[in-house]
Amino acid sequence: MIAARHISKSFPGVLANQDVSFDVAPGEVHSLLGENGAGKSTLAAILTGLYQPDAGHVEIDGVRVSLKSPRHGLALGIGMVHQHFRLVSQFTVAENISLGDRKQNWILSTKKVEEAVREIGERYGLPVDPRARINELTVGEQQRVEIIKTLYRGAQVLLLDEPTSVLTPQEVTTLFDSVRTLASEGKSVIFISHKLGEVMDISDRVTVMRDGKVVGNTSVTDTSREALARMMVGRDVDLSAIRATKPTGTPLLEVRGLTAKSARSQVSDASIVVKAGEIVGIAGVSGNGQRALAEGIAGLTPPVGGHITICGIDVTGKGSVAARKAGLSYVPEDRNGTGLAPSLSISENMLLTEDLPFLVNHKSAVAKAEEAIGAYSIKTPGASTPTRMLSGGNVQKVLLARELGHDPQVLIVASPTWGLDVGAVEFVRSKLNELRNQGRAILLISEDLDEVRALSDRIYVIFEGKIVMECAGEGADVTTLGLAMAGASA
Amino acid sequence: MTQESVLVLTLAAAIGTGTPLIFAAIGGVISERAGVINLGMEGMMLIGAVTTFLVDNKTGSPVAGFIAGGVAGALLALIHATLAISLRANQIVCGLALTIFGTGLASFIGKPIEGQGLTKSFGSLHIPALSSIPGVGPILFKQDVLVYLSWFVALIASLYLNRTRTGLSLRAVGENPATADAMGLSVVRMRYAHVVAGGLLAGFGGSYVILRIVPAWSQAGTTNGIGWIALALVVFASWRPLRVILGAYLFGVALQANFALQAKGITVIPAEFLAMLPYLLTVVILVVLTANRRTRGAGAPAALGLPFVRDER
Ligand SMILES: Nc1ncnc2c1ncn2[C@@H]1O[C@H](COP(=O)(O)OP(=O)(O)O)[C@@H](O)[C@H]1O
Ligand SMILES: [Mg+2]
Repeated sequence: MIAARHISKSFPGVLANQDVSFDVAPGEVHSLLGENGAGKSTLAAILTGLYQPDAGHVEIDGVRVSLKSPRHGLALGIGMVHQHFRLVSQFTVAENISLGDRKQNWILSTKKVEEAVREIGERYGLPVDPRARINELTVGEQQRVEIIKTLYRGAQVLLLDEPTSVLTPQEVTTLFDSVRTLASEGKSVIFISHKLGEVMDISDRVTVMRDGKVVGNTSVTDTSREALARMMVGRDVDLSAIRATKPTGTPLLEVRGLTAKSARSQVSDASIVVKAGEIVGIAGVSGNGQRALAEGIAGLTPPVGGHITICGIDVTGKGSVAARKAGLSYVPEDRNGTGLAPSLSISENMLLTEDLPFLVNHKSAVAKAEEAIGAYSIKTPGASTPTRMLSGGNVQKVLLARELGHDPQVLIVASPTWGLDVGAVEFVRSKLNELRNQGRAILLISEDLDEVRALSDRIYVIFEGKIVMECAGEGADVTTLGLAMAGASA
Repeated sequence: MTQESVLVLTLAAAIGTGTPLIFAAIGGVISERAGVINLGMEGMMLIGAVTTFLVDNKTGSPVAGFIAGGVAGALLALIHATLAISLRANQIVCGLALTIFGTGLASFIGKPIEGQGLTKSFGSLHIPALSSIPGVGPILFKQDVLVYLSWFVALIASLYLNRTRTGLSLRAVGENPATADAMGLSVVRMRYAHVVAGGLLAGFGGSYVILRIVPAWSQAGTTNGIGWIALALVVFASWRPLRVILGAYLFGVALQANFALQAKGITVIPAEFLAMLPYLLTVVILVVLTANRRTRGAGAPAALGLPFVRDER
C-alpha cells in the first residue's frame, strides 16, 4: 500500500535516515521500532510529506509519488498523529476538524462535522464529544480527536508516532482495539514505538531501526522480545526489574499532609514516607500534581499545608537551601531549564549548587567537571561546552553527576530516563540502584509505569493531586495501577 | 428645553462619539485575533482623519474622503505588518513607533490646513418608522449613514469570526499558529491580511472623527487620544465584536457627560474632571479586568504578540 524506497535524509551533523526501505500491506499493522534518535519520526515525516528525502522516494500502491506537504500526503490518503498534538486547545473538537478543511463551505456548518465525528467514533471505538473544547479533554481523548481528524479526511494509511507514551494502560488497550478495527477494514497502520511489549502485542510486522538504518524486518510470529531488543540496541541489554536486596532502614523522607501549588500543578494532602535503602515510585499520568509534589518537597514552592522532614530535620517552608542542607537532591524532569542553565558550560553548571567563595576558581571547577565527564562517560567536546549543545542522555548525566556529587541522603528524580536511549537508561537505572544499596532514600516520579514497576520497592499512585493508592512494587498489578491512575479507585 | 430632551440629545450625541471607537476597536479585534497587537492605532486614526479632510475638501465627496481615510490607515498598517510579521520586530515597540510616526506625518501633511473647516460632510439619515419611536427613535435612528455602517461592520465581523471557514482559520492563527501552519494555512498571509484590514477600520475611525465630530483639522486635538481608548476597548470587549458596540457607547456617554452637565448648568463637578472621565474609565476598567483572576486575559488570543517561526522539528 505504502512503501519507502532507499530513503536517505540528513540534518546538519546527523544522518537521520540512511537507505531506508520497507513495505506496508493493506490491512497490516506495521511497527517501526527503534531507540530514541533512531530516525523513526524523521522517516514518518518523509512518508507524510512533512520532510523531503535527500535520496530515495515514497511509493503508494506501487506508484512513485513526491509528497510536497502533509496536506498533499493526506490528499493521497496518508495521515499522521504526531507525538505532540496539532490541536487548537481553545477550539471545540468539531472546529479543530473543520480547520483547514477545503470541503467545508465558506459559511461553516459544524453540524455535518459533528455527525461525522460521532459516526467515526462509533465505528472505530473512538468516542468523543464533538462539541467539547480540547482543553476540557484528557490526553487520551485528544489523541482520539487527532485520529478522527485524519480518518475524516479519508486517510487509508495512519501513522501513529509514539502514541502510547501519553496513555494509561487502559487507554492503550482501547487504542489497540481501534487500531485492530482499522486494520480489519483494510487500512494500514504504521505504529512507531520503542516499547517492545506493545510492538509484540499489536503488530503484524516489525521494521527495526538503529542509527538511521533498517537493521531488521520480520513478522512478529517469527521473533521474540529478546531478539527485537538485540536488534534495536545492537547488543544484549538487561532492563529487567531490580529490587532492594537489603532490608530497608529508618525513614529519611517524611511528608505529611503536603498541600502545595506550582505552575499549573497542585498537590493536596499528600503523605509519603521513603526509608533508607528504598526506591519509592510515584505513578501517575502526567499533569496530576507530580510537579507540585516534587517542588513542594524540594522547597522550591512554599507549602500551603503539611510537614516535610528530611533526615529528621523539619524543613517545612524553609526553602530549597534548607532542604539541600538537610541532605536532599532534586533532579527535575525539565533538565535544561529547571535543572541546568542551558547556556552555561558544564563546569559552570556543576558549580551552581555549591557554596561558592566570592571569587570563583574556574580552574578547579573545570578539573572537577572533567572528572565527572570521565566517571559518567559524558559525550562532549569539553568541560566548557554549554549544556544545551548536549544530547538528552548526556544532559541527564551532567545533572546526575552534580546532584550525586553532594552525596545526598534523599534523592528525588522526576522522569529520569525520559527521552534517553537504552544505553543511558541502563546507566541511570544502575546509578539509582547503587544509591539504594548504599542506604539512600529515593523518590522516583515517573509517568512511565513500566519504569516505576521495574525499580520501585513501593509505589504510590497520584491522581488529581491526591495520593490514591499505595502498594508494594513486587508483583504490582498493571490493571489495578492503571485504574488508580485514571481515578477509578478514588 | 425639557429635561428629557437634554437626555435624549446627550445619548444621541454619545452614539456619534462612540462610533469612531467602534470602527477602530473592531479593527483592533481583527488584528489581535490574528495574533498581532496594534499599538499604532492612534497614528492610523490621525492619518485617516487628515487624509479624509484633504480628499473631501478637494473632491467635495465625503464618501471618497471616508474611503481614502481607510486606505491611508491600511497603508500605515502595512508597515506595521511588515515589521511585526516579516521582520518579527517586537510588536509593542513598532506599534508605538508607528503611532509616533503617524502623528508626526499627519501634522506635517496637515500644516497648510491647520484650523480650516471641512466643507462637505454626511447629513443625518432618518430611518422611516423606527426614528419615530419615542426615546429610542431619536437616539438610534436619526444618525448618519456611517453610524449604521459601524453596526453593520460589527455584525459582519462577528459573523466572519465565528461562522466562516476563514474566520476559523484566523482564530487558529491567533491561538496556535503552529497548528494552523501544520493544517496547511499560511500564517503570514492571514496575519498580513487582517492587520491591514484592522488598519483600514482604524482609518475609518479617524475619518469619522473629522467628518462628524470635529469637522476642522487641528493637529493636537483631532483624535484626542481615542486610539488608545479603542485599544482598551478591545480588552474590555474580550476580543468580541458585538461587545465592542456596548463598550464604545459606554465611553461615548462618558465623553458626552461633560457637555451634558454643562448644558444643564450643573457645575458641582469641575469640567476638567469630566473631561478626564473617559480616560479614567479606561484605566479603571483595565485595572479591574486584570486584577480579577477570572477575567484576566479572558478571551485573549493565546499567541497574541508572539511572532511565528516555523519549528522544523
Ligand atoms: N529537524 C531536525 N534538525 C536536526 N536534527 C534532527 C531534526 N530532526 C531529527 N534530528 C536528528 O535526527 C536523528 C533522528 O531523530 P528522530 O527521527 O526524531 O528519531 P526518533 O523518532 O527515532 O527518536 C536524531 O539524531 C535527531 O537529533
Ligand atoms: Mg520520535
